[in-house]
Amino acid sequence: MDSTVESTGTEGKTWGGGNKPLRASYGKMMMWFFIVSDALTFSGFLAAYGFSRFKFIKEWPIADEVFTHVPFLHGQELPMIYVAFMTFILIMSSVTMVLAVDAGHHMNKAKVTLYMFLTIIGGAIFVGSQAWEWATFIQGDYGAVQTKGGNILQFGEYVTVDGEEKFKRISIDDFAAVQAGDRVQHERKNGLWFVTEETLPPYSVNEIYTGLAANDNILVRTQEINDEGHKTVLSRAESLKQIKDNGKLVVKGANLHVNEYGTTLFADFFFFITGFHGFHVFSGVVINIIIFFNVILGTYERRGSYEMVEKVGLYWHFVDLVWVFVFTFFYLV
Amino acid sequence: MAHEHKLEIFRGLVKFKSNTSKIWGVLIFLTIVTAVEVVLGIYKPDMFMHTWMDPFEGGFLATLGNILFSPIVYMKPLNLIFIVLTIVKAYYITWDFMHMRDETGSMRKMVVWTGVFLICYLIFILLQEGGYVFDVYFTGEHPLIKRDF
Repeated sequence: MDSTVESTGTEGKTWGGGNKPLRASYGKMMMWFFIVSDALTFSGFLAAYGFSRFKFIKEWPIADEVFTHVPFLHGQELPMIYVAFMTFILIMSSVTMVLAVDAGHHMNKAKVTLYMFLTIIGGAIFVGSQAWEWATFIQGDYGAVQTKGGNILQFGEYVTVDGEEKFKRISIDDFAAVQAGDRVQHERKNGLWFVTEETLPPYSVNEIYTGLAANDNILVRTQEINDEGHKTVLSRAESLKQIKDNGKLVVKGANLHVNEYGTTLFADFFFFITGFHGFHVFSGVVINIIIFFNVILGTYERRGSYEMVEKVGLYWHFVDLVWVFVFTFFYLV
Repeated sequence: MAHEHKLEIFRGLVKFKSNTSKIWGVLIFLTIVTAVEVVLGIYKPDMFMHTWMDPFEGGFLATLGNILFSPIVYMKPLNLIFIVLTIVKAYYITWDFMHMRDETGSMRKMVVWTGVFLICYLIFILLQEGGYVFDVYFTGEHPLIKRDF
């Protein structure tokens, strides 16, 4: 008797060893293992986003009002257009990747090189676009006032466009009454040397209030979503009262503490999830570049198989796959 | 080279002559789906903005019915359309770009069933909890959190 089992009597059967029941190489299997676990990580993030959104379901920012910018088309509200372009770029680079894999199957080095190059370009355009999207998001749009309770109050007026009354946002820069004698940022060189202060908001709440009082047309909009799916607009009297009694901080743009679009968590999740995805795209581009040079040097030609292109291709498609979901849950739903 | 590709999509409705033309075909399909999503997202047709069915009222069976029909009862049809279209896109990316269609059945199931089961579980737990937290925080006669200041 052996103390350990050496033969199980299953030799020659599917799982008896010595054959490849899944008909996939070791490297490809490991890439799939990684992809499944990474998919779980991403779905964990997106589910956490869903959790926070359900928790603040009555006040979550409306994506169409946040992501409205397109490069070179300044001042126009074009929701979704740019992000649709980004999605298309990523799907397109997925196509060039799969064409590279296909060319690899035919051992066509020139074509693999070309398609790998196009894939890298697509990835670079995507990462660049995402950086621009971040910059726009951080820089902000109209500005807002945060209350003591942490609510965001935005400004706008009713205008009639094509016979339809619409609420149009107004930037705080357009009506804030700048007053002299305001606080300046504390700096080490002219104050306590061991204390630093973060950048001060562009205006004080008092300046906003004075500006609001001077412009009869401007109303305050809260983050509360009403039954029609729009944010609640306050009456003139209530607008002034809210800013005067509750206004605490003027907010322009977004960071991890506060953002002008609404619930703080919205910006946190935006930075975290698109950032994590962008990091995946970035590392994908780096890996693609390494493989690209290997292709040029003829490494896979000598090896007799372009399987490495296939494996990095799996990763690249996965990044695309994740983006499809991020796109839906951040910009559409 | 002995690389066999399955060249049919839509259960054989569309057949391609080569792997390359299949890739372009899938790209066209994915682009159309994305375009539909973007157009719906921009125009938000009114008919999709309100649920088509009210939750059942009553006892245990009503609760059971609400769970069974939860995508229609609790979700705006527009959002349901988005999610279904996303899963359709994910299917074609996985099946045709990642060549899942050409892998063995057991390999496919190993990856897909594991992922789908765990992700469904995670989503169910977290969304259920999120809805509950919203209820105790902000609704009812004595909401836990006051933020009206």
